[in-house]
Amino acid sequence: MARNKRAIPEINAGSMADIAFLLLIFFLVTTTMDADKGINRKLPPWDPERPEDENIIKEKNIFTVLINSNNQLLVEDDYLEISELRESAKAFLINNGDGSCAYCQGGMRDPNSSDNPGKAVVSLQNDRGTSYDMYIRVQNELVAAYEDLRNEYSMKKFGKPYLELTDEALIDEVKAAFEQKISEAEPLDLGGG
Amino acid sequence: MAQIKKKTKKETPPVSTASLPDIVFMLLFFFMVTTVMREVDLKVSVRKPKATEIQKLERKSLVTYLYVGKPTAKYEDKFGKESRIQLNDAFATLDDVQPFVIQEREKKDEVERKLMTVSIKADRDTKMGLITDVKTQLRKAQALKINYSTNPAGTAEELYKPY
Repeated sequence: MARNKRAIPEINAGSMADIAFLLLIFFLVTTTMDADKGINRKLPPWDPERPEDENIIKEKNIFTVLINSNNQLLVEDDYLEISELRESAKAFLINNGDGSCAYCQGGMRDPNSSDNPGKAVVSLQNDRGTSYDMYIRVQNELVAAYEDLRNEYSMKKFGKPYLELTDEALIDEVKAAFEQKISEAEPLDLGGG
Repeated sequence: MAQIKKKTKKETPPVSTASLPDIVFMLLFFFMVTTVMREVDLKVSVRKPKATEIQKLERKSLVTYLYVGKPTAKYEDKFGKESRIQLNDAFATLDDVQPFVIQEREKKDEVERKLMTVSIKADRDTKMGLITDVKTQLRKAQALKINYSTNPAGTAEELYKPY
C-alpha cells in the first residue's frame, strides 16, 4: 500500500524547448510566406462560332493601344512612352465629347475623342513577340488610369479615396461611373514569337 | 558586518527557462497559421514583373497555379532554353493545360467552382505568344478568372525603366 502511494517522478520537460524548436524550423523551411498578389483580369468566354464583335463601336470611342515585338507603344496612331500612357488614357476617358457626363471635369470635349466614359473602350493589341513584362506594364497603366479616375470621382463626391469606401452601393456607383472596358484583340504575328 | 558581506556575495539565481517551450510553441503556431505549405518544386525560373495596381489573392484553396518560364539550369540540358509551362511538379505542353484546369476545378467544392482563379506566374521575359496560347486554353476550359502574378513596384521609376 505504501508503495502505491509514492509520488510518480515528474517527467523532465527540459527538452521540450528543443522539440518545439525542431518543429518550428521544419515549418520555416517547408512553408512560404509570400502573399500572392497580382492583376486580376477576366477573360472573354471561348466561342468560336460567334464573331468577335457584332456591335459596332464608333472609331472615336476606341482607344487603341498597340504593342509591337520590340515593346514599343503605338497609342491612337502616335508613338508614346509607357510613362505617358496613363495620362493619355485618362484624357481619353474623361473627354466627354457629347457633354452627357456631368462628373467629367477637365474633359477636353474633343469631338474626335470619346463621347462619354460609358461608351469609351480601350482596345489592346500586342504582338506574339511582345514581352510579358511590357504587356503587364501596359495592363497596369490602363488599370491605373481607371483607378485614378475612380479615385478622383470618389474624392469629389464622398470625400475619401475609392479604396476606403465601405458602403457597397457607393463602391458600385464609383465603379459604374468609370467602368473598366479593356478589350484585347488577338495578337498579331509580325515579329515572330 | 560579516553577515551583510555574506549576503552580497550570494550568486544571482539562474534565469528560469521553464517558459521557453511556451514561447517557442507560440512562434511555431504563428508560423503555422501565417504560412502555406510550399506546394511545388519550381522547375522554371520565374522573375515576376512589377506592377502597382495589384490585388491580393484571397482564398488560396480556390487558386490554381500555372508557371511559365525558362527551365532552370538544372533542367536546361533536358528541356532546352525555350520557355516552358509547368503544371504541378512537371513540365507540360499546351495541350495539357485544359485537362489540368478542368481536373483542378473538379477537385473544388461544387458551389465554389465558379470562384476558382487561375494564377499565371510567368517570367517577365516570356514572349506573349506563349502566354496568349495559355490564355486561349484557359478560355476553352472556361476558366475565365485569372490573375497575373506580379510583385509590387516600389517607385514610379521601377515601373517605367526597362530591365
